Amino acid sequence: MSPLGPGGRILLTPWTAATLALVALFLLPLATIFAGILGEPSDTWRHLASTVLFDYAWHSVVLVLGVGLLALVLGITSGWLVTTCEFPGRAVFAWSLVLPLSIPTYIMAYTYAAIFGHTGPVQALLQVALEPETTAGLRTGLMSLPGAAVILALALYPYVYLITRASFMKQSGGILESARILGRSPWRMFLGVALPVARPAIVAGVTLVLMEVLNEYGAVRYFGVTTFTTGIFRAWFSLGDAAAAIRLSGCLLLLVFALIVVERIQRGRARFDSGPAPARPVVRFQLAGWKKWGAFLACGIPVLFGFIVPVAQLVTWGLGAAAEVADPRFLRLTVNSFALGLVAALLAVTAALVIVYSVRLAPTAVLRLAARASSLGYSIPGAVIAVGILIPFVWLDRRLAPVLSQLSGSPAGLVLTGTAAALVFAYVVRFLAVSMNSLDAGFERTCANMDESSRSLGVAPLRTLLRVNVPLLRGTLLAAGLLVFVDVLKELPLTLILRPFDFDTLATRAFQLAMDEQVARSALPSLLIIAIGLIPVVLLTRLMEGDRGGDGEAPAGALAGVHPAGITRT
Amino acid sequence: MKSRIPRTASHFPSSRVRAARRWRLPLLASLLVGACQAGPREVVNVYSHRHYDADQLLFDRFEELTGIGVRVVTASADELITRLEREGETSPADLLITVDAGRLHRAKERGLLQPVGSPELSSVIPENLRDPEGYWFGLTQRARILAYAKDRVRPEELSTYEALAGPEWAGRVLARSSENIYNLSLLASMIAANGAEVAEEWAAGVVSNMARPPQGNDSDQVLDVAAGVGDVAIVNTYYVARLLNDGDPAARELASGVDVFFPNQDGRGAHVNVSGAGVTAHAPNAGNAVRLIEFLVSEEAQAVFAETIFEYPVRPGVPWAETLHSWGRFRPDPLNLQRLGELNSDAVMAFDRAGWR
Repeated sequence: MSPLGPGGRILLTPWTAATLALVALFLLPLATIFAGILGEPSDTWRHLASTVLFDYAWHSVVLVLGVGLLALVLGITSGWLVTTCEFPGRAVFAWSLVLPLSIPTYIMAYTYAAIFGHTGPVQALLQVALEPETTAGLRTGLMSLPGAAVILALALYPYVYLITRASFMKQSGGILESARILGRSPWRMFLGVALPVARPAIVAGVTLVLMEVLNEYGAVRYFGVTTFTTGIFRAWFSLGDAAAAIRLSGCLLLLVFALIVVERIQRGRARFDSGPAPARPVVRFQLAGWKKWGAFLACGIPVLFGFIVPVAQLVTWGLGAAAEVADPRFLRLTVNSFALGLVAALLAVTAALVIVYSVRLAPTAVLRLAARASSLGYSIPGAVIAVGILIPFVWLDRRLAPVLSQLSGSPAGLVLTGTAAALVFAYVVRFLAVSMNSLDAGFERTCANMDESSRSLGVAPLRTLLRVNVPLLRGTLLAAGLLVFVDVLKELPLTLILRPFDFDTLATRAFQLAMDEQVARSALPSLLIIAIGLIPVVLLTRLMEGDRGGDGEAPAGALAGVHPAGITRT
Repeated sequence: MKSRIPRTASHFPSSRVRAARRWRLPLLASLLVGACQAGPREVVNVYSHRHYDADQLLFDRFEELTGIGVRVVTASADELITRLEREGETSPADLLITVDAGRLHRAKERGLLQPVGSPELSSVIPENLRDPEGYWFGLTQRARILAYAKDRVRPEELSTYEALAGPEWAGRVLARSSENIYNLSLLASMIAANGAEVAEEWAAGVVSNMARPPQGNDSDQVLDVAAGVGDVAIVNTYYVARLLNDGDPAARELASGVDVFFPNQDGRGAHVNVSGAGVTAHAPNAGNAVRLIEFLVSEEAQAVFAETIFEYPVRPGVPWAETLHSWGRFRPDPLNLQRLGELNSDAVMAFDRAGWR
């Protein structure tokens, strides 16, 4: 049973070898970036460093702080109210507050830009009472750094809401009940007890938000805000300098790692995803008078502006273009997106299965570290991964092409970068963590020691995996695959850079239509992405609702699935 | 239990997923064997920065006339050039279409295009609108001009691009980001005319006169002028024309408050650029690509450009849209468009130093 050989030496089993090889492959983009930083800086880089680099950094940091703060306010307020108070619509808000998670930030951005546009509904409404100059200022104000922060916060606050709510729910039966019996006012209870206890969870939630902010490309590009990600695209494509793009990627990675470190430090030894669920149902404060309606607004506003308004606008456009559903081009986009999502999900789940299982077989320090490193991809912005993959792949392609032409007798194309291969690989790197976290939790929950028993009866590990674990884990595997699938469907920057010849997806097409001032025509692909994005969100909320007095793991586990980067990896 | 094993890994229940899977194999196969093998049909592979529905209709028409299928990838010219470089000899692309001569020049400089000797093209397209060695050909012309608010600006107050940096325009100028190629080419033309230092000072002067930081696209600038955010904007003609002919009455109404002014008419003329095409260096279907260019400068195609996209045709004698007529003829800057490409990086850096976002 022990993976260690005599004297504690690690035996290099096929499993260990496979895992180490996979992890090395998945770390390739990071390695490219680090190697690139060590090189001699280019002239373009010097120019950027002396002119716009400060802007990129400043804008990125302001965006991180602004979105972080707004998401905290929206997420914690609504999470607290929904968990501990009773007011009109509470039960509906409990699940609908999660809905904005299904709308990719770039779709949110261009939809709002159009809503506030010169010929959009808001201007028309306001111009009844106000001068056009005043109302036009609204749009100018929206298409800016603060505007982008508001839009991103509306799309991303559910991460904070979900995780803080889970934490409040766990407290409510125990600590909060005691505080209440001791006569604490609700307000003091919130500040003095609930918030401090929930802190690690809240910070973890907001860290996820901030990683999404640093990954952001579409929304900031659309609003004309320059950040590291837009800088990467510019350095590479406008200035034609891949080396400068690598350096910008390096800067961006520094920010990401700084975030991770801060999150780890504040968390210390705290764990927030364990412990039993409340034994009794929560006794909620009955709100009355203005408080009642204040709570209604505090929960209603994020749902209204984070989901209802943008979706209503998209549906209005979509109805106007409904005939295009039958257009073969739209069908092709859908098929492209689905095919990419399915292949990437299959590969990501398989890779995750191998890695998680081999750690289970031999939980050595090396393997654990390798497993953790391989899930880093999720915190790395898509644009950075694309840069890190394209460069080595192009190098490889250049060498492969002549060999392949020789073999096939006809001129061969680029096998990796000319096809979806590079793209699928990039998806797996970026979203491996999504499937790994689901599987991790799944193994713990469902397999217990059954696989160990099987192996101790002399069944080989592969046979055990296929005959014991995989059947037991079927639900988990499907869920993990679904999450990867949805993430792939929504992904934008990476897809823009790596997609092959004559190949568009729902996301790239929607974004390009919006960029080309044909935002109404982007409604169909946008709505399809949102509809599919709703699947995991609905599953998640159902898990949360069904969790009352259940096994207590579902919310955190499910959340980990929806949003992995490090939440449950303690 | 045993019989279930092989199925588990790929056990997807829904019929939709299964339907998608049926697609997956052929799709992947076509991707993998893909790009290089054109199949039995004659094709031409186009990398285009233009994405107008009218273009697609023209491509369809070309296929109808010649039987040559047109496959198009649309992306920004920068991305397409990067891609062409990356693909090298293995590139499936036959034709690169950009919305600016500077990018075509960049592609030529990097060895991504090949010269074409077509008597047809040289006779139809005026000399200053194509590469002297035949590496690229202009398809349509666009003028970058000033759009002003009729109720707040008298046309006499306008004169040149240079004048926009003057103190009387403080807080009144609207412009889009310097990342935009039209702005880069405009600045390149000013560097060519006035020298790098003067051009950079001009850019800084305009930045200090801006009504708001650069944002949005050309249409946004026009609409912002109409809505009173600023008084004068630097935009391409066809954006104004498009808004004046928009399907949305609200947009037409707004745009009617805006007029166009062709600057520098007493000097070098208004800055013009072309949207153009070049045959790629390693084009597998170079002959088809040349035929497509020839079709795109035919009277039929040129009329479509002029009437539905409101671009100025490169072919003389092709009728213009009514809106273009109403603006009349103007004096274009005769600068050799190749210079726009040569001065592009200087323009990028000058904009960055001037703080034009």
